[in-house]
Amino acid sequence: MASCSIEDVLAKAEREEAEKLKGITVNKELDLEFDPGHLLAFDKNQIDNRDLKGIKREDFLRSLARDNTQLLINEIWKLPTERVEEVIVAKLPDPTTLLPRQKPAPKPKPPTKWEQFAKLKGIQKKKKTNLVWDEVHKEWRRRWGYKRAKDDTKEWLIEVPENADPNENQFAKRNKAKKERVAKNEYNRLKNVARAQKIKVPAMGLAPTPQQSKAELAQAVSVAKISTASVGKFQDSLPKEKKLKNTGKKRKFQPLIGDFSSEKQKQLDILKVMGSKKPRLDVTKAMNKQMREEDMESRQKNKKGFGKKGRRGNMSGKGKGKAGGKGKGPKGKGRKPPMKQGKR
Amino acid sequence: MTHLDGIVKPKTKRSKRFLESREPKLIEGLKNSMIIKGGNTSQTVSQALKDVYALKKPNAVLYKRKNMVRPFEDSTALEFFSKKTDCSLFLFGSHNKKRPNNLIFGRMFDFHVLDMFELGIEKFVSLRDVKKDKCAEGSKPLLVFAGELFETDREHQRLRNLLTDFFCGPRVPAVRLAGLEHVLHFTALEGKIYMRSYKVLLKKSGCRTPRIELEEMGPSFDFVMRRNHMASDDLYKTAHRQPRGVKPKKKKNISHDTFGTRFGRIHMQKQNLDKLQTRKMKGLKKRRGEQTAETPEAKTPRTDE
Repeated sequence: MASCSIEDVLAKAEREEAEKLKGITVNKELDLEFDPGHLLAFDKNQIDNRDLKGIKREDFLRSLARDNTQLLINEIWKLPTERVEEVIVAKLPDPTTLLPRQKPAPKPKPPTKWEQFAKLKGIQKKKKTNLVWDEVHKEWRRRWGYKRAKDDTKEWLIEVPENADPNENQFAKRNKAKKERVAKNEYNRLKNVARAQKIKVPAMGLAPTPQQSKAELAQAVSVAKISTASVGKFQDSLPKEKKLKNTGKKRKFQPLIGDFSSEKQKQLDILKVMGSKKPRLDVTKAMNKQMREEDMESRQKNKKGFGKKGRRGNMSGKGKGKAGGKGKGPKGKGRKPPMKQGKR
Repeated sequence: MTHLDGIVKPKTKRSKRFLESREPKLIEGLKNSMIIKGGNTSQTVSQALKDVYALKKPNAVLYKRKNMVRPFEDSTALEFFSKKTDCSLFLFGSHNKKRPNNLIFGRMFDFHVLDMFELGIEKFVSLRDVKKDKCAEGSKPLLVFAGELFETDREHQRLRNLLTDFFCGPRVPAVRLAGLEHVLHFTALEGKIYMRSYKVLLKKSGCRTPRIELEEMGPSFDFVMRRNHMASDDLYKTAHRQPRGVKPKKKKNISHDTFGTRFGRIHMQKQNLDKLQTRKMKGLKKRRGEQTAETPEAKTPRTDE
């Protein structure tokens, strides 16, 4: 009665399973490497050279491809699936093969002046509605732009305020104010851009503006003149242009073979200075420098209201003072030209 | 000027969207490729270029005119083209007596040439010559590489990476199981690469996973490796550098078991078990008068606690 023993049943079940899987099993020496994220498979097994030569090449390649594809499909079918709109879809994991990017990674943009301030104060951005109710036209209009809700430019009547000049054109005044606001906004935006890209912007007096005063122009001219490789030595000057006190003198060398005795004297002087223990201090120059610095401080304290003009007036003096105060120069060393123009 | 640098603002929303699409992004989408003809092209090369264009249809640009460019000597023209069309992959075909039926596969990083591989076509069967059904355009192909050369040889490794980059489609989070119908098979042996393209037929098998049958479909190439230009190691590394936001940070000391229970680990200092604070039993408290008598016994009840 126990003709069908348990072992037979089990063996039969196993055979059936094997039959089922026969269609999809592939025997390979080495397992393939899979990257389901890219639908990629890599077969490391050795390929016999003889198979690829001769007429049977295509068949061999096709059977090889079939085996590899079968294994790849088996791997893909193991992935978790879900049903999206009556279609069965397998969710792919992240790819493992690293492919290079096409462009370098974007750098995070530095925050603008307003963004820094807002972060500091904790100001949040408030979401505004798209449309605003316009009482005049009794309809919903956009907040800004074409046909906006409160349009200043469409007003045909402007009341003259009490303290204003009665002959002043209020409409022109409004237009001018708007243009100034737009220009200021644009200027601030460009400053933000320059800060983000770390571009150096020229100093206050040197950037081109429509109306420049005489002093600003003179400063711009002097800066431009010394901005050459020879520090302005070979630049032609205009007929009535005053020559700068600190000429762009670089270095003056003594002739090679000149006065032997003076050369000998110079060398001995240098040795004496180097050999002496005391530091060389030019008392008059040091005192002048000290006095000038004190004057500058008192002036700055008094003229705080004046601001830029006062500071700029002191600029060249400070430059000269610094150059003069470097008192260790033996003859022949030129002075540094006044280059400190950079305060805003 | 081409970037949204702020100095030159785009005047329309459309141009702004266009510039934004060309900006570098955190996670990159798919790469476009450009297919260029060289100074002199044979019939095989032109047909081969058209076939590859058909394989890569929506994301490729085919240049119809001939360009007198020599990529291995001077790649500035290619870089200019890639900047214009925002393509980072290129395929350049040419034909001359010294290098007949030449194809150069290449890719760019930051609009400069990263890798270039020159492959000569020995045998080519075009899409038109194979009179079977073709699969849909733009479907993501399965890629299979065979041959141990792709693992051992450095140049072959780089070529494998380049071919994956070239032929893999867009990055998709999920794929329709019935839609896997195109497979590209590359075999490497002795400096030759055999590329075959098959259509996948999913047949019924006993279990859930179907049995695969292949039908030769698309173009088939027999390539021979010629020159190459591989990027230096540090440039290659720079090209792989991912921005900071991409990888999610792993939280330490948190793990999940198979049932989905969330476990955490707490790290404690070493505890002195003698001076451990446990529950106080008032009855066992030491009393002053009985101290001397009880001290030898006092220790045993404590350890029981």
